[in-house]
Amino acid sequence: MVNWPLEIVKAGLLAVVIFTFMAIVGAMFGVLLERKVGGWIQARLGPKHVGPQGLLQTVADTVKLLQKEHITPRAADVAIFNTAPLIVAVAGLMSWIVIPFGTLGDRVLIVRDLNIGIVFFAAMGSVTVIGILAGGWASNNKYSLLGGLRSASQMISYELPLAMALIAVAMEAGTLSTVGIVNAQEGWLGSFAFRQFPAFVIFLISATAEVNRVPFDLPEAESELVAGYFSEYTGMRFALFQLGEYGEMFAMAAMTTTLFLGGWRGPLLPPLVWFLLKMYAVVFFLMWVRWTYPRFRLDQLLNLSWKVLLPAGLVWILITGYRITF
Amino acid sequence: MGQLAAFIILSIVTLASAVVVVGSKNIVRSALSLIPTLLGIAGLYILLHAEYVAGIQVLIYIGAITVLILFVIMLTEQGTGARFRQVNEQVLAGVLAAAVLAVLLMAVFFGTTWAPGPGALPQYTAPAIGSTFLSSAILIFIVTSFVLLVALMGAIVIARRER
Amino acid sequence: MQLGLTHFLILSALLFSLGLFAVLTRRNVVAILMGIELMLNAANINLVAFNKYVAPAALDGQVFALVVITLAACEAGVGLALVMSAYRHLETVHADEINIMKW
Repeated sequence: MVNWPLEIVKAGLLAVVIFTFMAIVGAMFGVLLERKVGGWIQARLGPKHVGPQGLLQTVADTVKLLQKEHITPRAADVAIFNTAPLIVAVAGLMSWIVIPFGTLGDRVLIVRDLNIGIVFFAAMGSVTVIGILAGGWASNNKYSLLGGLRSASQMISYELPLAMALIAVAMEAGTLSTVGIVNAQEGWLGSFAFRQFPAFVIFLISATAEVNRVPFDLPEAESELVAGYFSEYTGMRFALFQLGEYGEMFAMAAMTTTLFLGGWRGPLLPPLVWFLLKMYAVVFFLMWVRWTYPRFRLDQLLNLSWKVLLPAGLVWILITGYRITF
Repeated sequence: MGQLAAFIILSIVTLASAVVVVGSKNIVRSALSLIPTLLGIAGLYILLHAEYVAGIQVLIYIGAITVLILFVIMLTEQGTGARFRQVNEQVLAGVLAAAVLAVLLMAVFFGTTWAPGPGALPQYTAPAIGSTFLSSAILIFIVTSFVLLVALMGAIVIARRER
Repeated sequence: MQLGLTHFLILSALLFSLGLFAVLTRRNVVAILMGIELMLNAANINLVAFNKYVAPAALDGQVFALVVITLAACEAGVGLALVMSAYRHLETVHADEINIMKW
């Protein structure tokens, strides 16, 4: 029998821990890293003045955002306008439930090893779209609405190749549980990055598109749409959108690590360190892409998903099935 | 006890937001409150040990169908739709029909005793569902796949702009 | 009181009636589609609940629920494509104004 009060207290504590982790390691450090990497790639310095080497820049930014006034546009739908950032942030937070961080003794550091782990992850990724669409619509601003609509069509299109990659991995591992998938990857050559290379490529591309990053950042294209769906958001609500976005991006990086790079597995160093190393390598890759490539056009973006990635994913599922059966 | 409490909370969430879906004058709000309804139903599936169905429910219903509905509303209805009359002349008849149906169904459900069957659900349903789909339900699986394919092509053909 | 099959059946009956009400009274085609989604969900609750309480040895209830979800996705796709097409030609999304087939 489940002990309900204890479970609820545990869930609350874990939510606080993950949220803090996401806010500090994910969003705050992520923003700093983004700027530093961007500066490095474009041969400039990046933030330099607040704290040693600009390390406290994001803390200063956060304090600034916390102090700002909440502005609600006059004709906006207030209830939806205020709920939308919460949906994005909570969905970004929920994706972390199924990610195994490492092992401590015999225990795996994971909030819940759900037996539908990767289905849950994909589901939470798709809930984000609702928040974006609702926020874009409720702002009552044509740029926001356009950003929201673009985002919805993009995220729906790229969910399919993402799911194809997940299906291929689940087929090879024989389980939907994330811990099971990590356990199925033995050694360097056993990691799914090698055994499932096409799925790895498809997953990385669709993950970049799912988190709306360059070269797929059409929903928030600054030069065309001001800031897309969060043009009208100020202060902490804007920060919540950013938090959800970075949380989602780090969750995607963590999921790439779990599914394809062997998760916490690695020689010598403790599992948690390996996990973080691999995750930050993927995050760095995403930032590298962001500061290197120009933006796609909308038709190119949809063509890439429907005409290239989706058929490739289907063919790869067929090949994986053949390999497993025979 | 815990299960009953969870059921009550989930059914309140489900029914309250379903009422908003059905009754709201603002069509976007009514589409958005479809989300708590569907999430509540996903929770009920988990309560019924159907966690795979719950996951698919969130993935397909919330992630795809609701987004599609919102998308179409935003493309067609100018603004919230509050400017238009949202209900037709049959409100009274509709209320009557729905109430009669609800009473009839409940009478049937209260009047029948369902014999609990033998056996138990497997601990881990996803692989069992997969094997059922590929053994005894293979025909359903194939037909559904065909319907899906036809619907995909049909939607493209219908929604396409003719030149 | 123990949580039993009847609880789920009552809930689904109420949900189904709400969906029926939306289908009967709403003018907006998209709202009618939402009512249909509610009705399909009510049926799904019944399928899964019967699976758990009446025939737990077989998984047919859950399998059917998945088939219904797939068909709901098809229905939404085609239905909304029809709505878009109708809106483009007739500039309305209200079911009682789409009447050019009526003599």
